[in-house]
Parts: sequence; C-alpha cells; structure tokens
Amino acid sequence: MNGAEALVKCLEMQGVEYIFGYSGGAAIPIFDALITTKTKIKLILVRHEQGATHMADGYARATGKPGVVLVTSGPGATNTITGLLTAQMDSVPMIVLCGQTISPMLGKDAFQEADVFGISLPVVKHSYLIKNTQDIPRIIHESFHVSNTGRPGPVLIDIPKDVSSADGEFDLSPELDLPGYSFPSNGENETIKDIAKAFEKAKQPLIMVGHGAVLAKADAAVTKLAETLNCPTISTLLGKGAFPEDHELSLGMLGMHGTAYANKAIMECDLIMSIGSRWDDRIVGKLELFCKDAVTIHIDIDPSEEGKMIMPDIFCVGDAKMVVEELIGYCNKLDIDPWVKKCQKFKKDFPLKYDKIPGKLTMQEVLEEFDKLTDSNAIVSTDVGQHQMFAAQFMKSKEGYKWLSSGGAGTMGYGLPGAIGAALGRPDETVISVSGDGGFQMTMAEIATACIHNLPIKILILNNSYLGMVRQWQELFFDNRLSGVDLEGNPDFVKLAECYEGCKGFRISKSEEVTKVLKEALAYNDGPCIIEAVVEKTDNVYPMIPSGAPYTSMLLEAPTEKLEKPTGST
Amino acid sequence: MINDNHTISILVVNKPGVLMRVAQIFSRRGFNIDSLVVSSGIDNKYARMTITAQGNEENLDQIKMQLSKLVDVMHCIEHEDSNSIVKEMALIKVVCTLSQRSELLQLVEHFSCKTVDMTKTSMVIQAMGNSDKLDALIGQLSDYQIIELVRTGKVLMARGQEET
Repeated sequence: MNGAEALVKCLEMQGVEYIFGYSGGAAIPIFDALITTKTKIKLILVRHEQGATHMADGYARATGKPGVVLVTSGPGATNTITGLLTAQMDSVPMIVLCGQTISPMLGKDAFQEADVFGISLPVVKHSYLIKNTQDIPRIIHESFHVSNTGRPGPVLIDIPKDVSSADGEFDLSPELDLPGYSFPSNGENETIKDIAKAFEKAKQPLIMVGHGAVLAKADAAVTKLAETLNCPTISTLLGKGAFPEDHELSLGMLGMHGTAYANKAIMECDLIMSIGSRWDDRIVGKLELFCKDAVTIHIDIDPSEEGKMIMPDIFCVGDAKMVVEELIGYCNKLDIDPWVKKCQKFKKDFPLKYDKIPGKLTMQEVLEEFDKLTDSNAIVSTDVGQHQMFAAQFMKSKEGYKWLSSGGAGTMGYGLPGAIGAALGRPDETVISVSGDGGFQMTMAEIATACIHNLPIKILILNNSYLGMVRQWQELFFDNRLSGVDLEGNPDFVKLAECYEGCKGFRISKSEEVTKVLKEALAYNDGPCIIEAVVEKTDNVYPMIPSGAPYTSMLLEAPTEKLEKPTGST
Repeated sequence: MINDNHTISILVVNKPGVLMRVAQIFSRRGFNIDSLVVSSGIDNKYARMTITAQGNEENLDQIKMQLSKLVDVMHCIEHEDSNSIVKEMALIKVVCTLSQRSELLQLVEHFSCKTVDMTKTSMVIQAMGNSDKLDALIGQLSDYQIIELVRTGKVLMARGQEET
C-alpha cells in the first residue's frame, strides 16, 4: 500500500461519499489510488477548483458532514483559496487535499509549486504539510476531527508527491496527537441559570438564532425554548432554518436588509439573546447604538467570540443545542403578551411588500412563487447580492441545513456549485440555486458537472443585466454614477442551457408567466435546468439600513432625500 | 487609543508553521511585535514563545483568545512584570581605547555586567537584567560609541505556583 492508498482508505473510514476534485501532476498518485483501492468514494470531476470547494461547502452545509476537495499543486491549490475563505467565514467543515511537488524540490520554485500552506494560513481552521508517509492516516483522521468539532472550519492538507507515492506499512487507526486542541461542550450551569433569570426580568425579549444554531442542529431545541418562553425569535442570514420562519413567533431575518418587523423589534427589545451568531456588522449597524439599553446574552461555542463585536452581559460558552436544551429546564412562560402582540402588529403593519406590474417582472415575485410551489421545503443555494437578500426575505426556511449562502465572505459564484454539492448530498430534496446574472457567470462552467451527474437542480438566474447591489449603492450614495456594474454582453442563458446535453432552458419575462414556467421547471427532473427571469433592471432592495448606520435609519422604501455616504464596512 | 506594552507567554506544540500562525494573528490586527523569543520547552515536543507587543487592551484580549484557539497552542497567558521574573540579555560592542578602558570597566561593574571580549579598540559587554536596567546601561554607554547592539528580547517566568 502506498501513501495515497492509505489516504483513500482513511477517507473511507471517515464516511466520505464524494470527492470534489480536479487532477494535475502532483495529485496523480492520489487520483490513481481512487482506482487501485477500488473505493466506493465517488469522484466528482469539476471544471474549476473554486467550484470544487463550493461544492464541498454546499455538501457540508446540506448534510453536516465535511466536504472533501482534491486538487493539484500550484494554481490548482491557489484556486481553492476563495472557497476556503468562504468556508472559514461561515464555519463550514471542509477538507482540502492538495498535491504538492516532491519534498526535495520544496522551496526551489519547482513546476507548479506554491507555498499553499503559507498562502492559506489566514483562511483555514488548521493545516498540514505532510512530510512522512507514515503520518498520513493520523493527519487525515485529525483533520476530520478538527474540521467538524467545536466551531467547524476548513482544514488544508498539502501532500508532496513523493509522500503520497511512497510504499509503507500503515496503521490506519492511529491515535490522534492534538494536545493543544479542545472545544467546549455544555455551558456552565450557573451561567445558564443566569440567562433564565435575565429572561424572567425581561418585558420585551428577543431570541436571535445564527449559523451556530443551525450547525449544532439546535433547531428543535430553539423552537421548544421560544415556545416555552413565548418569546419572539429572529434569525440572521445564516441562521435561517434554526427557527421555522412560518412559526407565529418568528419575525424572520434582521439586519441591513432584514424584515422591517424584525428590525423594529430590535429597536424596542430590552433583552436580546444570540444563539450562535457573531453579531456581524450587517446585523449590528452602528455598533455603539445597537440594542444599547437591552440586556445582551451571547451563546457561542467559540470563546473568542466574547466581546469581539458586542460585550455581552452574559456570555455562555457551549454547544448551542446542549445549552438551549438545559436552559429550557429553567424557563417558564413569560408574562409578555403585550410585547408578543406588539411584534405581531409590526408584522401586520410593516410586511415585506413589492408591486406586481403586469407585463413586467420583479425578483420578489419569482422567489415568492418558487417558495410557494415548493412549500418552503427546497434546499436553496444562493449567490451574493440583491437576489440573495430577496431570496432571504421571500423564501422561508422551515428547518436547518436547507439555506446555503455565503454570508461572511459574500462570495459571488457560490450558488450553482453550492447547489451541486447539496444535490449530491441530499438526492431526495428539491435543490434550487438562485443567482444573479453576475455571480452565475463566475462559476457557470459547473453546469457541465451538474449535467454529467443528472442533477435536477433548478438554476434560477435573476437577470437584471447589472451587478444590482453595487448599482443600488451607486444610485443611493454616489449620485447614480454607475461604474463597473453594467453587465452588457451577457449570453442568452436559455441557449446556454441548451448547449449542454441534458440541461433545459426556460425563460420568464413577465408576471403572468411565473407560475407556469416554474411548474414546468419543477417537473423537469432529467437533469439541471436554467430558468432565466428577465427582471426589472433598476429595482432596489428594501428595507435597508445603510452600512454602519443605526437601526433608526432604516429605509422602508426609496428615500426622497439624498443619503449620506455609509460609514460601515463595505 | 492607548497603546501599552504587553508580554505574552505562549506554550505551543513544536510543529512547523506554528510561529507563522502566531505571527499572523498579531499582524492581522495591526500589532507590532517588539520582541519574540522562541525556544524548546522541557522536552522537544513543546516550544515556548515569549512575545512583547504594543497595542490597545481590547485588541489584545481578542489576540489572546485567537491565540488560545489555534490548534497547536497549549495555552497563552499575559504576564505583568510585577508577578513574574523578567530577564533580558544584551551584548553591546563599544569603542574602547586604552585610555577609556578603566572608566568603562567601572561602568560595567556598576551595572553588574561582564566584559566578554576586549581588544585595543573595542569592548563587548554582556548585560543581563530587566529591560529597564538594560535601557539605562545603553543610555550610559551612548557617551561612548556603540558599534553594535544585540538584545535577546524579554524572557519571563511566572513566580511560585503560577503557570507561565
């Protein structure tokens, strides 16, 4: 057995079903081992390494199991950096295996050599450069352990070709050697009791669920907690699904483009408890003013999140599910009916709304109808921009692991490959990829990957021929000086679909066609299909809290006065 | 923002790349590392890093937590000079003519240092102590011509039962 074969055996032991890969010289021994070991692991040959990382990411976000990527050295490895950042920012478990030049040539500018260990350091949870063949099994098992325990994240393993090629006797289940690695499990009992006491005193409390609640599979516990307390609950972009958005206590997503009712509740709450959110700048707006008079509680598995953005009154380190389950035991129904009614009134008075204009088409109506036709049960993978925010608003998540979106990194091009990973990991679910015309073109080479494996992904392209979100900012804050946002030269996306075997193309141009076309697309399951929705070019996303502004600056519709340039991040 | 001096002791697993991971956490938050001492611990499996850096307290708390989170970091502790033994060594090469030799030797004696090299034109002084003492010595020596100066940077150990 050689190192590469031992590696494949260890991946099997870890329950790996798929490897998303792209071959190349330094990785040939590992690709060879996929044949010589007669492994059941299926290789998904992608069209670009970035696509492989997003597929692994989508697979992980849809299944909870680490996605595995296999690429060659040099450019193959550096093409994974964007995917690593995407996974690192959103705490997604992923293993990236990189071929590397032979050990004696390391540091000598060998062909396709890149110091990928060094390049990737800021965007990984951990990384390895394997020097001894014998270490392969230990390092593979360690990387899976590190990747998917505590706060999950990506692990990169750089494997020189001589190391993967060398023969040896292998102990395939060696002991892990991670003396510096630990992660919390349950929170301190005293802290949990303090949280319960804080709720008892609160008159207008809010629960906020983030990605940590999804990752910890805390959705059932969160629902029970909210119901036990009778407490309104909001969700971050990535927390979608940790609390069912069709629940009467749900106020949907908060933040920059959150629902007006969630944001109104934020402005009035006297207690806010984050379960697995990191108080991202898209949520807090103006940090000094965010919930400044409210009691803040923060539950997080990562101790270093304490005080990174908000210094909470109570910080509880622990697994979201375990903490919430224990907390339920100390909680009773709160006497807060006026607050619950007030939140319901916010929902009624400030609903998400848009105008349907006959003969024209908006992103919102396409997304809302898609959500209705799939009964909010589809797995949705998005790109980044206006369509992403509209999808977050209008496509409701009822359970975790079904909303896949690059939140922290904001990586355009995530949608389609993310959906491919999800479709492979959850073959029985309807999978929708929602992209704009910009993001879609960044990774559209992966249509081929979806076709080869007959994945019936519904690829929705909301085409406004602009980089819409940037155009919106230029309109609002830069006197409508449009710079670098006009995507003239877009292809005919329906024709594009049809030039791939097994892929079907649909087009929606006006309101009246939405339901009919979406039904046709949902009925087509022989392969992927592209649904191009030609939407209004200059629609904007509202509600909107300008970056770095306080919640009181929320715009519910287009402003009538010129706005100050935003002070917050990007 | 107030930038204070901070001394942090980090016990790490002695693996390649661990220094890069540690340094990256400082640089990402705009901290300047003033001194850095790395050496192996009791056995070769672990290494000890003593880092002095300047920055504001709030940022430093984040840095300590981020450091503790690294897979290869056993622990990371900030120490105050008051409850720890802090030492630093310096080698100072100064111009020293025969006529200057006796007064320089007096200075060396006053600061309880040693001369470790002497020629007709120069002298190398080995000094050890806390950083203030070394600063004072170097200040005195600036009346002479310092040719070269090498300082090790702070090393530190917590007193008594405290862990370093």
